[in-house]
Amino acid sequence: MTIEQWNDIPGTFHPACTPDFLPLPQLRELQLQRLQATVRRAYANVPLMRKRMDEKKVKPEDIRTLKDIERIPFTVKADLRDTYPFGMFASPMQEIVRLHASSGTTGKPIVVAYAREDIEVWTNVMLRSFAACGLHQGDIVQNAYGYGLFTGGLGAHYGAEALGATVIPISGGNTDRQIMILKDFGVTAICCTPSYFIHLIERAGEMGVKMKELPLRVGVFGAEPWSESMRQYIKENSNVEPYDIYGLSEIIGPGVGIECSAHQGLHIFEDHFLPEIIDPETGAVLPDEAEGELVLTTLSKKAMPMLRYRTRDITTLARGQCGCGRTICRFLRVGRRSDDMFIIRGINVFPSQVEHALLRVEGTLPHYQIVLTRDKGLDKMEVQVEVTPEVFADTVGAMEALQKKIAQALNQTINLNVAVRLVEPHTIQRSEGKAKRVIDQRKM
Amino acid sequence: MKLQQLSVFLENKPGSLKKSLAVLADAKINISTLALAETKDYGILRLVIKDWEKAKSALEQGGFTVRQTEVLAVEVEDRPGGLATVLAPVEAAGVNVEYMYAYSTGTKAKAVLIFRFSDLDKAIAALKGAGMNVLENLQVFGP
Repeated sequence: MTIEQWNDIPGTFHPACTPDFLPLPQLRELQLQRLQATVRRAYANVPLMRKRMDEKKVKPEDIRTLKDIERIPFTVKADLRDTYPFGMFASPMQEIVRLHASSGTTGKPIVVAYAREDIEVWTNVMLRSFAACGLHQGDIVQNAYGYGLFTGGLGAHYGAEALGATVIPISGGNTDRQIMILKDFGVTAICCTPSYFIHLIERAGEMGVKMKELPLRVGVFGAEPWSESMRQYIKENSNVEPYDIYGLSEIIGPGVGIECSAHQGLHIFEDHFLPEIIDPETGAVLPDEAEGELVLTTLSKKAMPMLRYRTRDITTLARGQCGCGRTICRFLRVGRRSDDMFIIRGINVFPSQVEHALLRVEGTLPHYQIVLTRDKGLDKMEVQVEVTPEVFADTVGAMEALQKKIAQALNQTINLNVAVRLVEPHTIQRSEGKAKRVIDQRKM
Repeated sequence: MKLQQLSVFLENKPGSLKKSLAVLADAKINISTLALAETKDYGILRLVIKDWEKAKSALEQGGFTVRQTEVLAVEVEDRPGGLATVLAPVEAAGVNVEYMYAYSTGTKAKAVLIFRFSDLDKAIAALKGAGMNVLENLQVFGP
């Protein structure tokens, strides 16, 4: 056996993956030690977390078992927005080596910080993610996640390099060039959103590039929910084995969880991230088998520890050893959320962003609806706006100007090309109580 | 001088024109003339109706977005060059035609042109100065 084959032969794994296979008593002991240290650090350095814990009369020394985590208050996305930009940092700026940011709902992004040790943890979990996908030294990885403030690009880059693979840092976009490089460089693995890979398959077909004749064999797909039918499409139209990767900036970026060769859910790197499932309504902790909201606590992050962060992703945890031999738990992706956020082309969008843009243009909020479709593997977003007497002008020119103004306001808010369609009043369905703002017609 | 025209916002899809006209038919409202401007997604239906107030409330109750706009009706000889005689004085006055449509009565050898101008008052002055027949409501609709 050569080093190159480590992750391809059952029972042989990269040494960095050792924590994936820890006996559970040791894993739990490690988690408790790290949880206690993280809570102490957050309490000592983050005023918001100290205040929340004081209000609940819980001190760091009260965390004696893993179950005691239930005494710690939740952290939500709004906390990061309210303390923008640096209020959640537990390290002084001179110890922070990297800042990333995710798109914000009202213009302000969410800022996340990494100390040198955090970058090492991130690199480690991404290395283990790639190893779980059967990648190793000698693989050529085309990294089509965006490089920049978005965490995807650099996270994948460091992990693939640490594994010893060859990285092509192509970033997102420029489809024809992506296909040329896939072909000419003998790429064996690609990282991008699943919908973008489907787009690549289709474009390659148009360009006369036979995807099935390329050496490309692994796809690490994330940053948006996707489905079994997309997986089937990818498998039928390429030789790529698709792996679902999960992460969020607030926790670390990509590399919180990954699918393994058994494809029985996504493993969470439990030595660094402690998962819980809660009832999204009451906040009560649910048993593992129950479906509920995934809550994550970072166990080793220094610059920005997160205690009980509510991901809003609805899923189920699965314990018990996986077919791949890993002991760390898995979660089963169900692709639903407990809030109204949706993900389009890797960008998180809240209907409230659409409302802000419409309010800015029209002064009052018209009835509107967001329709998501998928065309040739690319997600499309259309905002349908009911025309009210206040905005209805008598000339086509004036109506086109209105349409353009709305589209521009939406593009500025969401950073995405959004189609605007003006519709007659009362054509958008009214529902009892909370309006159904998003019609998702994408076939997952 | 000024005529009230109703504009109705319609989606560009089968049945939407018929639906709006059915509202008027049900209210027993007759249309003197109409025009439809269309884009890929939607259209604007413009209507000249004697009893426009009744028509407006009927359409609004029918769920349509309606706007009332002032337009001018100009009567010309129904012969080659008739329209050009109207446009010359308006152009000279520096007034822009935003849109227009026409109808011919067929019996009187006259045609009526409905105009939306960028400046209605300036247009009226220019047309009157050139001796054009700018119609009052009653003349358009008859007794």
